[in-house]
Amino acid sequence: MSATRTTEPRPGTTTVETITVKVDGREIVVPRFSPDWRGRPAPTTMIQACKLAGVEVPHYCYHPKLPVAGNCRMCLVEFGTPAVGPDRKPILNPDGTPRIAKSPRPAIACATPVSPGMEIYTNTPGVKTMRESVLEFLLINHPLDCPICDQAGECKLQEYALDYGQSASRFVEPKVHKPKAVDLGPRIVLDAERCILCTRCIRFTRDIVGDDALGIVNRGSYSTLTGYPGRAFDNNYTLNTVDICPVGALTSKDFRFRMRVWFLKETKSLCPSCGTGCNILIGSRENRIYRFTPRDNDAVNGPWMCDFGRLNYKWIHREDRLRHVLVRGQKSSWTVALREIAERLTRAPRGSVAIIASARQTNEELWLLSKLKAQCGALSDSIPRIGEGDALLVSADQNPNTNGARLTGICFTEMGIHLPQIADGIARGQIRTLIVFGEDVTRHGIGPELLGQLETLVVSDVLPNATTQAAHYLLPGCAPAEKRGTFTNVKGRVQRFARAIEPPGDARPEWEFLHELLYNVTGRNGFVTIEGLFNEMAKDVPAFAGLTWAGLGDTGVTVSI
Amino acid sequence: MIVNRKPLNFWERLYLPAVLGGFKVTLRHFFKKKVTMQYPEERWVVPEGYRGAPYLVRDQDGNTKCVSCQLCEFICPPKAIKITPPGPDGPPADRPNAEKAPLEFEINMLRCIFCGLCQEVCPEEAIFLMKDYSLTGTTREEMIYNKEKLLALGGTHAGIQKWKHKLEEARAQETFPVQT
Repeated sequence: MSATRTTEPRPGTTTVETITVKVDGREIVVPRFSPDWRGRPAPTTMIQACKLAGVEVPHYCYHPKLPVAGNCRMCLVEFGTPAVGPDRKPILNPDGTPRIAKSPRPAIACATPVSPGMEIYTNTPGVKTMRESVLEFLLINHPLDCPICDQAGECKLQEYALDYGQSASRFVEPKVHKPKAVDLGPRIVLDAERCILCTRCIRFTRDIVGDDALGIVNRGSYSTLTGYPGRAFDNNYTLNTVDICPVGALTSKDFRFRMRVWFLKETKSLCPSCGTGCNILIGSRENRIYRFTPRDNDAVNGPWMCDFGRLNYKWIHREDRLRHVLVRGQKSSWTVALREIAERLTRAPRGSVAIIASARQTNEELWLLSKLKAQCGALSDSIPRIGEGDALLVSADQNPNTNGARLTGICFTEMGIHLPQIADGIARGQIRTLIVFGEDVTRHGIGPELLGQLETLVVSDVLPNATTQAAHYLLPGCAPAEKRGTFTNVKGRVQRFARAIEPPGDARPEWEFLHELLYNVTGRNGFVTIEGLFNEMAKDVPAFAGLTWAGLGDTGVTVSI
Repeated sequence: MIVNRKPLNFWERLYLPAVLGGFKVTLRHFFKKKVTMQYPEERWVVPEGYRGAPYLVRDQDGNTKCVSCQLCEFICPPKAIKITPPGPDGPPADRPNAEKAPLEFEINMLRCIFCGLCQEVCPEEAIFLMKDYSLTGTTREEMIYNKEKLLALGGTHAGIQKWKHKLEEARAQETFPVQT
């Protein structure tokens, strides 16, 4: 659990105890203790020291966020320690340097702690031969069906075979064949032949998720990964095993045979499915999204994400996406619609306007709406979405930007308490204009009969619903993957996301047309780039004080909420 | 610098010897073996190794060899190849054991530069540059060859049946004492 809940190091921690080691002849100072898979301090291992030295040690079973198993033997390195005489004093070379007693046996870098003065050798002929032999053993029963394997292109076996392996196989005997295309669970396919038995998936599901569903049966060459008999591997985190599987043994059913990975353009983004705000990479090609994969961020999600969020992208390509600007049901243009809306808003008396924003919108959009609210003296609120959270990643708050809505002043701490007031205002005829963004208000107490009483109903959404049906002005918006912006997650981390694909039809990012609308209403111009907009918002919203778009970086900044 | 033209002498001023000389050359070629080919009635013998249009081939059992690995699409310099992979719900491959076959395979012959990289990169020996060099069509759409057309034009290539061999090897092991 705590593996993914690690936060930034607290400021003012005591000085770190360090030791000096040599990696490939280069001296490097490493901390004596480094975080282990749970983030707890443990003696620094050779693989961690090599990483700090910038030397890559190939590995399969080792994963920084999983307990060490040490079974793949790929990270074998040679090392030496300062020699000690019978008097327990270091033996020195004639030139005064400590004499290094080279270990007669190699060691696995993932499980061997470093000691002061240790020398690690990662590119000696011995190490090269060992890597070559380990790869030869791994490839003995590997089917080499890369042309039909979804992992090809991001396969560690391919990469290391190219970097460290032999050029040709010496194996002439028939290979051991194991079950192919095994249905492990609703989202996972297993190809037992491709498995190199690193047990990463077993450790992940046992130690991170707490669902001990996988194991290895049989012996020797016949060892096979399998699910627990009689039950499916179906927890909400199964697809992470596809990411950590170094080969193509575990593949995603959803992504199976859909696209080769080398075609995918990877865009840094955020998962919009709940308040956790997992960092993701969107894999897209030719304006089509093929998959979401988690992106490392130790302050939020570590290297994991849940299956629900990962597969929640298909609505973006739905056929019934809103594509056209509609004015009273007729196709129109942005220029006409925004001008008419602005005219109506300027004429509307104070107190006759209400805004229902969505906590699925970005901070910038919510801030622009709050500016519009201030201009019109409007009442505003948003709609809470509370589901079931879990102890690992899924947050009970299913809106990705609840805190953004609070901090920008769209709603109070308790979201949704103004909704009855707005419904009542419409019923009494006091509220004549309603602006709805990304929510179906008919399901939240403002039914079609109330919407029918309005003078002006401005709706922006991505997919059609009962509210968009009733809209006088319908403005097609964008999915998060189609625009740029920032979300503030449940813990107050402000993170930005980039645009992966183009929106369909006339749809435009909400912040773009909201900015234009605000300009039409107030006559005050502002920034036209998302960077400028964010920076202006940061100056205006106290909670975001001091933030800049560039300063957010790829992993975000935590603000106090 | 000025180069003065040399004045022609009497013999040269007659012009007739030069005209006759010209006729002599013409006549000599008139009786020589003809080198012009009467295209399209007469066709050229295409040499081995010629790089003509790329087509898909079937194996000796009549199955599609292509497994939709998309390496040719990746390597293709003019981006002439477009493959639609089957996806998780697509039809199974017609070859047993191969699991995957392209749903659609298109080569835009107007874009193709006949470089042969697709043939070189193919791990399945499924695409070959054949001897066709004269590809015509009346529309651009007609010049985009689909899977059906490519397979029909490609014919059969009797190579190593890798997947069949694997399947036979796996079947032989089913009788092995160890049960998985």
